[in-house]
Amino acid sequence: MSVTPTGRVVVVGASAAGLAAAETLRGEGHTGTITLIGDEPAAPYDRPPLSKEILSGWSPDRLPLRAPADLDVLDLDARYGCEATGVDISESTVLLADGTEVPYDGLIVATGVRPRLLPGTPAHVLRTLDDALALKDRLGPGRTLAVVGAGFLGAEVASVAADLGTRVTLLEPAPVPLAHAVGEDVGRVLAQVHLDHGVDLRSGTGVSEVVPGGVRLDDGSVVEADTVLVAVGSRPNTEWLNGSGLTLEDGLVCDEFCAAAPRVYGAGDVARWHNPLFGTSMRIEHRTNATEQGVAAARNLLGAQRPFAPVPYFWSDQYDLKIRAYGHLRGHDEMRIAEGSLEEHKFTAVYRIEDRLTGVLSVGMSPKSVLAWRQSIALRARWQDAVPASSAGMAR
Amino acid sequence: MHVEVDVPRCVASGQCVLLAPDVFDQRDEDGLVVLLNENPPAELHDAVRESATVCPAAAIRLEES
Repeated sequence: MSVTPTGRVVVVGASAAGLAAAETLRGEGHTGTITLIGDEPAAPYDRPPLSKEILSGWSPDRLPLRAPADLDVLDLDARYGCEATGVDISESTVLLADGTEVPYDGLIVATGVRPRLLPGTPAHVLRTLDDALALKDRLGPGRTLAVVGAGFLGAEVASVAADLGTRVTLLEPAPVPLAHAVGEDVGRVLAQVHLDHGVDLRSGTGVSEVVPGGVRLDDGSVVEADTVLVAVGSRPNTEWLNGSGLTLEDGLVCDEFCAAAPRVYGAGDVARWHNPLFGTSMRIEHRTNATEQGVAAARNLLGAQRPFAPVPYFWSDQYDLKIRAYGHLRGHDEMRIAEGSLEEHKFTAVYRIEDRLTGVLSVGMSPKSVLAWRQSIALRARWQDAVPASSAGMAR
Repeated sequence: MHVEVDVPRCVASGQCVLLAPDVFDQRDEDGLVVLLNENPPAELHDAVRESATVCPAAAIRLEES
């Protein structure tokens, strides 16, 4: 079931995924009204620079994802600073906070995620431009910062803050940061780089609450800091869909076409969908997935009926390390260094799940060699065919 | 169609190279975008438009005549 070219499409969520969906609808010849609803006041802007370039000096005017003229061409019914509070599937209407009802023939849900919080005193989080500007003011020589959570976001902020002269304590409950995502061996390399740059990384250290002037650890002691950033993951923004009849399970549950219901699609961080390339359900908070899934959802809403089977991609800049990864690394059975060496911080790590090559992560290697691994993942290469037997094996 | 790339924005994801290898390439040393053809022929326009849409750094800008 698809919308006709003149049907009314409502896109809820005006960030990367929502914009990609709107742009794709127009690109595919859709002439009907496209309503783009976003709860932030600004036109769609880019988030990855918030934890890197914005903290270290980019002006916010570099953030918009499209120039005003390029947005004008899309002829959107854009409603920024406007919150959607519900959807009535049987009536095909989206309800807004101001009481308005917006009828649709097709709906794309791209409401993203929001930061998880900790109990206690309010602390900094990092999701929006306002969050980034507030944090930026707190960094520099003579300042102290406690970052709770050494995932990619926490690690990136710790890296920028340390480079700016801030004294940084990075607190992580897991014994090895990012081990669940990239494996213990790569996680240990990333941990060592923090220490090499003077960041006080404390692994295996849980934080129970934020207190005035710092954070309280699980053992009851307090780590003092002028500023606290909580970077302990995100929650999908699905509460507004409660009671709608749509299936919500750590995200809006969608099928392999990104469909959550007839004429209702999900895209971006909020969408949990079945990725047929890996035969598993995924919800991915990567920037690249937001746009790719926005494109796919829009095309399928128009009737393409094409499964969304991407090789996920993410990058992370930490200190002088450029980390690039393709595929499905989480829950891997084995990691091997296929090229280079961990010690030199120049390597390609490959990941196995069952008998498949499912992921590759590189630091400091040629992008072309990494793309070749990506192609093998896309072609569902078997591990024993794709990975040289001579590689140093490192079972988890 | 006229294509421009904003190299300082590029994050070396390679999405454009996968979609339109006749128009975009990556530098060997850091993976940043190299524009091979700023006025691509009509048969490549769809691929170039998709590259601009999916670029995770919004580093590709098109002017369509």
